[in-house]
Amino acid sequence: MTVKIKKQTPENSLIHVVEKMSDVDLSRCYQCQKCTSGCPVAKLTQSPPSEIVRRLQLGAGDELLGSDIIWMCLSCETCYARCPMEINIASVMDALRSLALEKGVSKTKGNIPLFNRIFLRMVRSFGRSYDLPLIAAYKLGTLNIMPDIDKFPTMLRKGKMALLPPSGADKPVVKRIFGRRQPNKGTGK
Amino acid sequence: MKYAYYPGCSAHSTARDMHESSLAVARALGIEIEEIKGWSCCGATAAHQTDRTLAASLAAANLLLAKEMGLDMVVNCAACYNRTKIANHEVLSSSAIRAQVRDAIGHDYDGSVAVRHFVEVLLEDVGLDRLRQSFKRSLNGLKVACYYGCFLVRPHEVTRFDDPEDPTSLDRLVMAMGGESLDWPYKVECCGGGLNLTRTDVVVKLAGSIIDMAQASGADCIAVACPMCQTSLDLRQKDIEREAGKRYDLPILYITQLLGLCLGISPKELGLNRLMVRPSTILKAIEPVA
Repeated sequence: MTVKIKKQTPENSLIHVVEKMSDVDLSRCYQCQKCTSGCPVAKLTQSPPSEIVRRLQLGAGDELLGSDIIWMCLSCETCYARCPMEINIASVMDALRSLALEKGVSKTKGNIPLFNRIFLRMVRSFGRSYDLPLIAAYKLGTLNIMPDIDKFPTMLRKGKMALLPPSGADKPVVKRIFGRRQPNKGTGK
Repeated sequence: MKYAYYPGCSAHSTARDMHESSLAVARALGIEIEEIKGWSCCGATAAHQTDRTLAASLAAANLLLAKEMGLDMVVNCAACYNRTKIANHEVLSSSAIRAQVRDAIGHDYDGSVAVRHFVEVLLEDVGLDRLRQSFKRSLNGLKVACYYGCFLVRPHEVTRFDDPEDPTSLDRLVMAMGGESLDWPYKVECCGGGLNLTRTDVVVKLAGSIIDMAQASGADCIAVACPMCQTSLDLRQKDIEREAGKRYDLPILYITQLLGLCLGISPKELGLNRLMVRPSTILKAIEPVA
């Protein structure tokens, strides 16, 4: 006898959206926790990767988007490399980050969304990253000027920080790419 | 041997030494390298953390330029290498992403450009035999901890670089140079590089444990192939020492800097003066090949 069980996941549920955006099937996870064991930041977060997956499976909603691991995840991909079910958890984290930004749930220690925003603004303007104003703008944005301030003279002297803006990039193409941004709809697989 | 070279943004800032030493090594070995005209940022961590199509499109724009040159793309920065290979993979595996990228760039890109790390070119195209014949100096038993980090080896299905858990590419180069490559457990651990400015505490902790393990394993220096790893281990070493309450003074060199020294290139040309932890012990250890 064959028993057919239809997976019932409402179209607008968080797990469904995340699965679609990242091309993964989270029902495959059986909580072996290899991802968490290898995760370099697991011990530093409130909710390690295996728990994020479990919470999604159990029908977590947008409150999950406030989890600190979303922005602490380094995309080192150790989780994915070691997952026996080949679930691309790094890609799940990317989807959660995009959703957190979209829904405005991105309050986080260290303000990584702010850094990313400024980084992309530099790329949009110059076609390449420009560290000096990037770091200055980030420091101003976080109202925390002092960290690493002692390193700048040495970095400038050793040529590890460019004073002049980068040149040579095909800026119109980069501007076009930024201008045509669309919400992530997944790959349609 | 001719390649389309993608330097990446760090080549003109934090990783000028990586850029300089790679070009010098390429020149010494007769590898022709032509910088891709008009290259732009690969999108780095910020793009893929924000938007999948943006990340694929930024990297694909460079791939398209390399395709027009009709050459394999060679990349030094492990992070750029990773993002560019992922873009290739995305375009190849999803017609929807390929269409989104086409819309963003204004041209179709088919995912056909081979993206190679400079280390792969050295091992596969130049080969250890030719390298050995070209060396004028030896590392003379110098104990080197080869550190690969994340971006070269993961995700393995995309980068296909060596073995994802126990890579030996850098080790083979070190041995060819007459150094002793150490067997140590943190080859592919993450240094925390992506959080360098935003969560420095995390980087100090992760990079600190890597430096501590390298020294406990008897390393005279760490060899890297990624500017983010180099920055975490070298530029942050003072912070790590402050946190740990001990002095490591462990030089962190790009593999291309070690190779350059063995090829007889001057330390200045290899950007060794740009390192935060002075490599004086390394320079002393190196001797002419007998």
